[in-house]
Amino acid sequence: METEKMVHRANEIARFWEAYPHDEALEGVAGHIRSFWEPRFRRQLVEYAQSGGVGLHTLVLEAVRLVVPRPEST
Amino acid sequence: MTLVRETDYGTPLREAATTVTLEVDGKTVTVPTGTSVMRAAVESGVTVPRLCATDSLEPFGSCRLCLVEIEGRKGTPASCTTPAEAGMKVTTQSGKLARMRRNVMELYISDHPLDCLTCPANGNCELQDMAGVVGLREVRYGYEGSNHLHEEKDESNPYFTFDPSKCIVCSRCVRACEETQGTFALTVKGRGFASKISPGDMLFLDSECVSCGSCVQACPTATLTEKSVIEMGQPTDSVVTTCAYCGVGCAFKAELQGNEVVRMMPFKDGKANHGHSCVKGRFAWGYTTHQDRILSPMIREKITDPWREVSWDEAITYAASEFKRIQAKYGNDSIGGITSSRCTNEETFLVQKLVRAGFGNNNVDTCARVCHSPTGYGLKTTFGTSAGTQDFDSVDDADVVFVIGANPTDAHPVFASRMKRRLRAGASLIVADPRRIDLVRQPHIEASHHLALRPGTNVAVINAMAHVVATEGLIDEAFVAERCDMASFNRWRAFVSEERNSPEATESITGVPAGSVRSAARLYATARNSAIYYGLGVTEHSQGSTMVMGMANLAMATGNLGRKGVGVNPLRGQNNVQGSCDMGSFPHEFSGYRHVSDDSVRAMFEEVWGVSLGGEPGLRIPNMLDAAVDGTFKGIYIQGEDIVQSDPNTRHVTAGLAAMECVVIQDLFLNETASYAHVFLPGSSFLEKDGTFTNAERRISRVRKAIPPKAGMADWEITLALAKALGFEMSYSHPSEIMAEIARLTPTFSGVSYEKLDRLGSIQWPCNDRAPEGTPVMHVDGFVRGKGQFMLTEFVATDERTTDRFPLLLTTGRILSQYNVGAQTRRTPNVTWFDEDILELHPWDAENRGINDGDLVELASRAGATTLHARISERMQPGVVYTTFHFPGSAVNVVTTEFADWATECPEYKVTAVQVRKTSKPSEWQATQDTFRDETTRRRDRSVNRV
Repeated sequence: METEKMVHRANEIARFWEAYPHDEALEGVAGHIRSFWEPRFRRQLVEYAQSGGVGLHTLVLEAVRLVVPRPEST
Repeated sequence: MTLVRETDYGTPLREAATTVTLEVDGKTVTVPTGTSVMRAAVESGVTVPRLCATDSLEPFGSCRLCLVEIEGRKGTPASCTTPAEAGMKVTTQSGKLARMRRNVMELYISDHPLDCLTCPANGNCELQDMAGVVGLREVRYGYEGSNHLHEEKDESNPYFTFDPSKCIVCSRCVRACEETQGTFALTVKGRGFASKISPGDMLFLDSECVSCGSCVQACPTATLTEKSVIEMGQPTDSVVTTCAYCGVGCAFKAELQGNEVVRMMPFKDGKANHGHSCVKGRFAWGYTTHQDRILSPMIREKITDPWREVSWDEAITYAASEFKRIQAKYGNDSIGGITSSRCTNEETFLVQKLVRAGFGNNNVDTCARVCHSPTGYGLKTTFGTSAGTQDFDSVDDADVVFVIGANPTDAHPVFASRMKRRLRAGASLIVADPRRIDLVRQPHIEASHHLALRPGTNVAVINAMAHVVATEGLIDEAFVAERCDMASFNRWRAFVSEERNSPEATESITGVPAGSVRSAARLYATARNSAIYYGLGVTEHSQGSTMVMGMANLAMATGNLGRKGVGVNPLRGQNNVQGSCDMGSFPHEFSGYRHVSDDSVRAMFEEVWGVSLGGEPGLRIPNMLDAAVDGTFKGIYIQGEDIVQSDPNTRHVTAGLAAMECVVIQDLFLNETASYAHVFLPGSSFLEKDGTFTNAERRISRVRKAIPPKAGMADWEITLALAKALGFEMSYSHPSEIMAEIARLTPTFSGVSYEKLDRLGSIQWPCNDRAPEGTPVMHVDGFVRGKGQFMLTEFVATDERTTDRFPLLLTTGRILSQYNVGAQTRRTPNVTWFDEDILELHPWDAENRGINDGDLVELASRAGATTLHARISERMQPGVVYTTFHFPGSAVNVVTTEFADWATECPEYKVTAVQVRKTSKPSEWQATQDTFRDETTRRRDRSVNRV
């Protein structure tokens, strides 16, 4: 996925959840990405965040540590 | 097979708490209070002669054939307009009555052509029948006097003729247009002998007639007759089945001669449509035999090669070998599939099973991705299940109907007629839509409030309405306390009560006057029963899921759930969108909306399917295309969808498809996506197979095979063949066996079987031990999730903003005569009404750009440009333009962007910043695509086998 699109997608999720208290919002963002993002894009997001994550919403940057795909998934 | 003929009781069924018992010709019968003597007679087994009465219409009392004698009463009252009373003794046949009826028939026949043997209604004519019943032997008046026998036929409508020479002016057509359809296009012009049925001093085609067919169905003679009947003759057999157009899911009788369809007649006992129809379901079935249908499998190695017609075996073997090759080379997750919302539940279930168990991944998705996926997310989050709450009949009990982002008179016309009937009876209407849709002001209907909001501001409007409810003491505190999660409610109440969510504060965002929002909110909240009906104007936004939850919040806060007349009701676009979602078409969940990561659910499927299944969500359609462009997704099996035409940002869709090494299309026609395909598997129409569809009210209805598959295989059989070639054999001899597996694996379907469907006619899920005959209204005693969950619905403006370069907002939609990508309706005479997508714009915007009605204009966004003809319309608000996406040549989705719902990636079709200017040539995209199509799809072997 194009990086710009991925960042936008992830940030849109955060913009919904930021109405909630921080911990709930964090789990909301992470849970959503875990439940709906296919592993290759979760991996892309994690790698992008770990490399600095320019443009990512702060909630996304925090949430990515909770969304690492299972090791066995391809 | 035999011809199915429903009993006509003469007058409508009455519902009453009390009954009356009477005698008809000595037979005792008990009927609900308010029932007519005519209907009571039929109930007792006695048919009273009649011409102007039929049980779909209120009694009229004009034909004077249904006269009866009632003991103790003077005269001979019309049985259709006389209510049955307790103790009545009715006589339907006597010498006096017989003489009177013969006299009446003499008058009718004296002005009727005596051409019964060559008349298209021969064998199915009520006038002919009544002449026989009353024993008409002569016409003493002769035939030489003044008459109407030389009145000119109106053959302007492509589907039926109006022959006034055969008309008896019974007014059934006029009343059907008024009562059943609600269009009021017909009238009786003139008085006495000069009276004549008229569509308003013009041809039918030029009139307000919407060609629903209700007048043709109601006509007791050959005055209004289907052209197909005139051409072919009366049908001899019929099969009851379900329409393959919109999500209303009307029941029809496919009436046949041998293996040829003569006509589609709405089935009176159909619980979704109650005998009504629209122009698409009733008449637009000619695509099933259109010459464009492909009947032989085809393959090609490259999309620039011509198609090569091959055997089924070769095509299936080639597709399977390609998928295996790709997986071996690029990995297990490099292929996927798309299920179809136009195919049956059973076929959809098989495709997702093939992907999950045969391909060994969860890369399966469906076209609901681009329409109602936010409905699934929003309603599951708040109520606990991904479906609408009511049956269609529920609208009869609504006192306020709130239509949001839907245009039912065009997109769901049969339900719209039902809704309009309720509105004419006094229910109030609120419409929230940027356009002044037809429903805002119709004959005898006018919305109390039209909230003409700016595109993209739904959530701000619903929050403002919630603000009024929360701050003006309009919350149903008892309902909320009993039924909802209080922590989430209290948080929501505090949120919506904030001044920034008030109608006054949001007016500058939404463009809707605060007073209107306040009044609408009060009306919705204070009515006895308020019902929300919504469409893609809600879901196809960056906040589509948020808006669904916002509506659910409002309904819960006001106690408008869990009984008839209320609810949150999605109007589904395609015939089986609900079903395709139910069947596990989304990449993250199995049938019954259970996440693939649930170990216990996965174990259940693994046991039955005999393979290990993945627990990670698969790719959604847009992600498949993203991955294809990235080089990690290389093959796809698409059943019955045309993503090149229907999905947003066509350039991206085609780039993704072009990057794949094996695209397998299963369809009736070489659609736009087939231009990028390597294998074409000819599909079967809904007339050619067995199965079930599930409509917008969760109603599972049988699709029954009326004729054999023209290409030799039903769609479910094709999927089985592909699975077998891939080494994952699925063994079913009939779709009923697939449904048995669905029932075994899906709790909400556990009580569903073909035997029960045949017995009950249709079933609304959940159907299980707790509700063995289905569930018309959901959440009656509590929400599926337990306590109703309020969600915070902060308004977040879309990033799609108008600019100096793109100062207008485009919103897209549908029109009555065309359906979705138009693959079916474009291949019918429906093009008589609409043969190209048109751009509607407000006179101000047109004048500013020097655009006149009919001008060719360029419609451009940051994604791309196309050209269309312009129509200047005050239905639009300034700054907003509108078009449809029914025709591939207009390439409207070249203009739409990839912005999408935050939760589901449902595209934001309803908000695209655009510019419009006059032009004289097609866009660059249109020109190149025409060339591309010529070089690929259309450059196929001349020997291709077509209908």
